[in-house]
Amino acid sequence: MSKNIGKITGIAGNMMTVAVEGNIIQNEIGYAVTGDEKLKAEVVKIQGDTAFMQVFESTKGLKIGDTVEFTGEMLSVELGPGILGMVYDGLQNPLNELAEEHGFFLKRGAIIPALNRETKWEFTPSVKPGETVKAGDKIGSVKEGIFDHKIFVPLHLLEEYTVKSVVEKNEYTVDTVLVKAEDAQKTEHEFKMYFNWPVKLPIIQYRDKKVPEEPMITQTRIIDTFFPVSKGGTYCIPGPFGAGKTVLQQVTSRFARVDIVIIAACGERAGEVVETLREFPEITDPRTGRSLMERTIIICNTSSMPVAARESSVYTAVTLGEYYRQMGLDVLLLADSTSRWAQAMRELSGRLEEIPGEEAFPAYLESRIAQFYERSGLVELNSGEMGSLTIGGTVSPAGGNFEEPVTQSTLKVVGAFHGLSRDRSNARRYPAIHPLESWSKYVSVLDDEMVQNARKILSRGSEVHQMMLVVGEDGTSQNDFITYLKSEFLDNVYLQQNSFDEIDGATSPERQKYIFKIITSILNMDFNFGNKQEARSFFNTLRSKFIDWNYIEMSDDKFKQQENDINNLIKEKSNDAESIQ
Amino acid sequence: MQKVYSKILSVSGNVITVKAKDIAYEELAEITTSRGKSLAQVIKLEKDIVSLQVFAGSAGISTDDEIRFLGDPMRVTFSDNMLGRIFNGSGVPRDRGPELSDNLIEIAGPSVNPAKRIIPQNMIRTNIPMIDVFNSLVRSQKLPIFSISGEPYNELLARIAMQAEVDMIILGGIGLKYDEYMYFRNELEKGGALNRTVFFMHTASDPIVEGLMVPDLCLAVAEKFALNGKDVLVLLTDMTNFADSLKEIAITMEQVPSNRGYPGDLYSQLASRYEKAVDFEGAGSVTLLATTTMPGDDVTHPVPDNTGYITEGQFYLRGGRIEPFGSLSRLKQQVNDKTRDDHRAIMDGMIQLYAEYKEAEEKRSMGFRMNEWDNKLLKYGDLFVSGMMDLSVNIPLEKALDRGWEILAQCFKPEETGLKSDLIKQFWPKDLE
Repeated sequence: MSKNIGKITGIAGNMMTVAVEGNIIQNEIGYAVTGDEKLKAEVVKIQGDTAFMQVFESTKGLKIGDTVEFTGEMLSVELGPGILGMVYDGLQNPLNELAEEHGFFLKRGAIIPALNRETKWEFTPSVKPGETVKAGDKIGSVKEGIFDHKIFVPLHLLEEYTVKSVVEKNEYTVDTVLVKAEDAQKTEHEFKMYFNWPVKLPIIQYRDKKVPEEPMITQTRIIDTFFPVSKGGTYCIPGPFGAGKTVLQQVTSRFARVDIVIIAACGERAGEVVETLREFPEITDPRTGRSLMERTIIICNTSSMPVAARESSVYTAVTLGEYYRQMGLDVLLLADSTSRWAQAMRELSGRLEEIPGEEAFPAYLESRIAQFYERSGLVELNSGEMGSLTIGGTVSPAGGNFEEPVTQSTLKVVGAFHGLSRDRSNARRYPAIHPLESWSKYVSVLDDEMVQNARKILSRGSEVHQMMLVVGEDGTSQNDFITYLKSEFLDNVYLQQNSFDEIDGATSPERQKYIFKIITSILNMDFNFGNKQEARSFFNTLRSKFIDWNYIEMSDDKFKQQENDINNLIKEKSNDAESIQ
Repeated sequence: MQKVYSKILSVSGNVITVKAKDIAYEELAEITTSRGKSLAQVIKLEKDIVSLQVFAGSAGISTDDEIRFLGDPMRVTFSDNMLGRIFNGSGVPRDRGPELSDNLIEIAGPSVNPAKRIIPQNMIRTNIPMIDVFNSLVRSQKLPIFSISGEPYNELLARIAMQAEVDMIILGGIGLKYDEYMYFRNELEKGGALNRTVFFMHTASDPIVEGLMVPDLCLAVAEKFALNGKDVLVLLTDMTNFADSLKEIAITMEQVPSNRGYPGDLYSQLASRYEKAVDFEGAGSVTLLATTTMPGDDVTHPVPDNTGYITEGQFYLRGGRIEPFGSLSRLKQQVNDKTRDDHRAIMDGMIQLYAEYKEAEEKRSMGFRMNEWDNKLLKYGDLFVSGMMDLSVNIPLEKALDRGWEILAQCFKPEETGLKSDLIKQFWPKDLE
C-alpha cells in the first residue's frame, strides 16, 4: 500500500491538481491538509505525476503547495451491523452524530465513523477452528433489528482461509476480532464484524444472477397492475418539477413489500428528506409492528451539500443495497434524483476539460447510468438463498422534456418507465403516471388479458377525448362517448389514488385483483342509456360510489354493502347485468 | 502579512491573471487602478498563476496596476447597526452613512445539516389573499415569483416586505434599474419598514461581478440574524440577472456551457443559495422569496426550470395578479389546517369553481350559448378576480376567508358550491340572499 504525500499545484472549483511522486491509484482517496482541517478528495484522473482530484468539500482557503496525504485506498464504505436506521451523507458520515458534535452546520472536514464503535452486538459464531472459508462465507450472525445480520468473511479477500480461532457467543463491538484465520501461505488474517468495500465496484460474490420475475408489490394500483416492477428489476420515474416524483417515492418507500428500503436523496431539497427523517421513526410498519425507520437507510446529500459527494452518494447507496442483498433480503433502492447525479458528473467532466457530449454531459454518461442500474438484480447467493436489489430512480429532465440525455440513457437500461405528466398533475390526477406513454417489461400482478383490454379502452377513450375537443360533445356518437366515459371511470377510480389516505393509499394485490375484475366487467358491459346526459350522470354516480368504496377497508362489513350498492346501480342500466358476477 | 504584486499577465472579460505565491483559493485582493480601488476574488489557481475576478470590472485596468492580497475570503460586517442601511454588492455602504467594518462574518458558509432541520410549521401572513388563503407562505420556505419583464413583481415584493409578519427584512437587488432601486427605498421608507430592513443593492450600472455577491451577502447576514433568534425574510430580485452573471463569468473562464450558454453547475449554484432558507430549532429562521423573470415567458428556460426543481413551489405573477393555476406553495399543507376550520375548504372550493369559470369563459368566447349555471360562474369569476386576486386587495386571512364566503353567497346556492354542509352551516353568510 502506498502512503504517498503530494503537493497541490492547481485549484479550480472543487477540482485540484496534485503533484505526487510514486504510485497513484485511480479513485484513491487523499486528504488535503489546510490548517487543522483535512479535506477528503478522490483521484479522478492521472496524468504523469499529476493527479486530478475532486474535493468532497469546499476548497475555500486551499493554497498551492498545501500537502495532500494519500491513503492508498479507494473510496469505500463500512459494511457491518448498525447501518439500518442510519442517516448518512454521500460519503457515509452519520448526519445525526455530526449534528450532535458540530451543531447546525456541516463542518468542513468533520469525519465520524459510519458504524458506531461502542455499540455491542450479540454475536453467534457459525464456524469452527479448522474449517476453510472464503470471501462472502458466513462466520456468524448478529441480530440487527428484525433481521439476522450475517457476518461475512470480507468480500475483497481472494483466497481460501483456514479458521484458527473463533470467539465465543457473546456481545462484541464491531472492532473486535472475531475470527483469526490463515491463508495457504500461513499468513494470519483477522476478521471483524465489518469490512470496507470500494463503492464504485459492484459486489458480485454470488452464484448466479437470475431474471427478475416475482412482482415487487408497491401497493400503488397503476404501478402493480399496469406498469409493474419485479424484485431485482429497475425502473425510472421521469417528470417535470411539481409532478409528484418525490411523493411517489415516499409512498413507495412506505408501502413497498420489501425487507429494506434505501432512500438516496441525491441533490434534492433538504426539506423533503426532513419529512422522511422526522416522520419515519413515528410510523409503524404494519408488517413488522416496528418503526419504519428500522428497515430504512437514508443517504442524504441534498442540493446545497458538496457536489462531488453527491456523485458518490448513489454509489454509496447501491453498495449498501448490495451488502444487504448478500444476506438473502429483498432490498429496494430509491434514488431521487439521478439527474442531479448526472449533473454532478457533468460538473466534474467540465472541470477536467473533457470533450463534452450532448448538453455538455460527458460521453460516458450512458455507460455510467447503465453500470449503476446493472448493479440491481435477483441473485442466487453462494448459500443457495435468493436476494434481490431493486432500483428505482427519478429523473428530473430539464424543462420536463424527455428527449434529454439523462432520460434517454436511463430508458435504455431500465425495465419499466413511469413517466409523469404535467397535464395529469395539473388536473390533480395523482399519481401522475401517464397511462399511455409509460411501459413495463415485467409481469403484472393481474391477468395480462384484462390489463391489455383496459389499456385499449384508455387509449380509445383518449382518442375520443381529442376528437371531442374539436367537434364537441354533440358531434360525438353515443358509443364513442360511452367509451370515453368508461376510460374516465377507470382513470378516476383505479389509476388515481389518494396517497395520503391510509386505506386508499395502499391497495394490496388481493384487493387489486378483486376490484379490477369488477372494473373489467363494467368496461366490457353494454349499457342502455337514453342520451349522453343520462350516461354521464350514471358514470358520475358510479364513480363517486366506487371512490367511496376505495376508502373502505376490505375486511369491513361496509365493503360488501358498498359492493352491493354498486351492483344494484349497474343492474339498472346494463343490458347484461349478470356478467358482473 | 500583505502581499503586493504589480504585474498583471492577462486581462480577459472581468478576469485578470497575475503571478503570485502562497495565495488561498477564494481569497480577496484589492486592485488599485487609476479609477480607484476595487475588490477582486481568486477563482482559479494554477501553479503560480492566480486568476482573479474583478468586482468593478476590468475596464481601465493597466498591466502595472497594484494588486494587494488581503489574506481572507469575502466577508461582511454583521451588527444591528446594519438595519436601515444600504450596501452595494461588495458590502460597502452606498448611502451616506458611516462605513461598518466590525464583526466580520464569512459569506457562503457551510450548509445546514439536514438532520438538524425541522418540519416547517409556522405561517407567515402577508395580507395578500392569493398568498395567505390559497398558497400560504411558511417560515423557512424558499419560493420564487415567476414573472416576465413589465409585471409588477417589485411592487409585490415591496408590499410583502412591508406587511409580512417577520422580525426583519433583507432585500437584495441584482441588476436593478436605478428607478427600481429608488422605488424600493422610498416605499419602505414611506411604509415605515426601513428601520427593520437591510439592503444590498446592485444596480444594472454597477459592475456585473458585484451582483454575484449579493445573494451570498444577504443570506450570510440573514443566517446570522436567524441564529440570534430573528425571523428573517430575504427578498431577492432578480435571480435571472444573477444566473446571467454566472453565465458571463463561466464563458469568460472558458467553461463548457451546458444549456443555452449557462454553466453546468447552474443548479448547484442556485441550490446553494436557496437552500440557505431554514428554520433553526430554538432560534430564528430564514425565509426566501426571489423573483425570477422568465425570458420569453418560457418556464422551461434553464433559470426558471432549475429554480422550480429547487424551490418549494412558485408564484406565477401574470397580468398583475398571482395566478391561481400553476402557483403552488408546497408547504401550505403544513399550516393551513391550523388557521381556521374553513381555510382548506375555501382554498380548494374557490379554485375549483374558478377553474369552472375559466371553462365557461372559454365557451363564451367561442360563441356557445350560456346557460344559467354558466352565468353564475361568470359572475363568480368577476367577483373572485376583483375581490381576491387583485393585488390591491389588502386584508388579513380571516377577512379574506369571510370575503370568500360572501362571494360564494352572492353567486351560488350553498349546495352548488360542493363545500361540506357543516362548514356551510357555520360560515354561510346569513344576511345575504
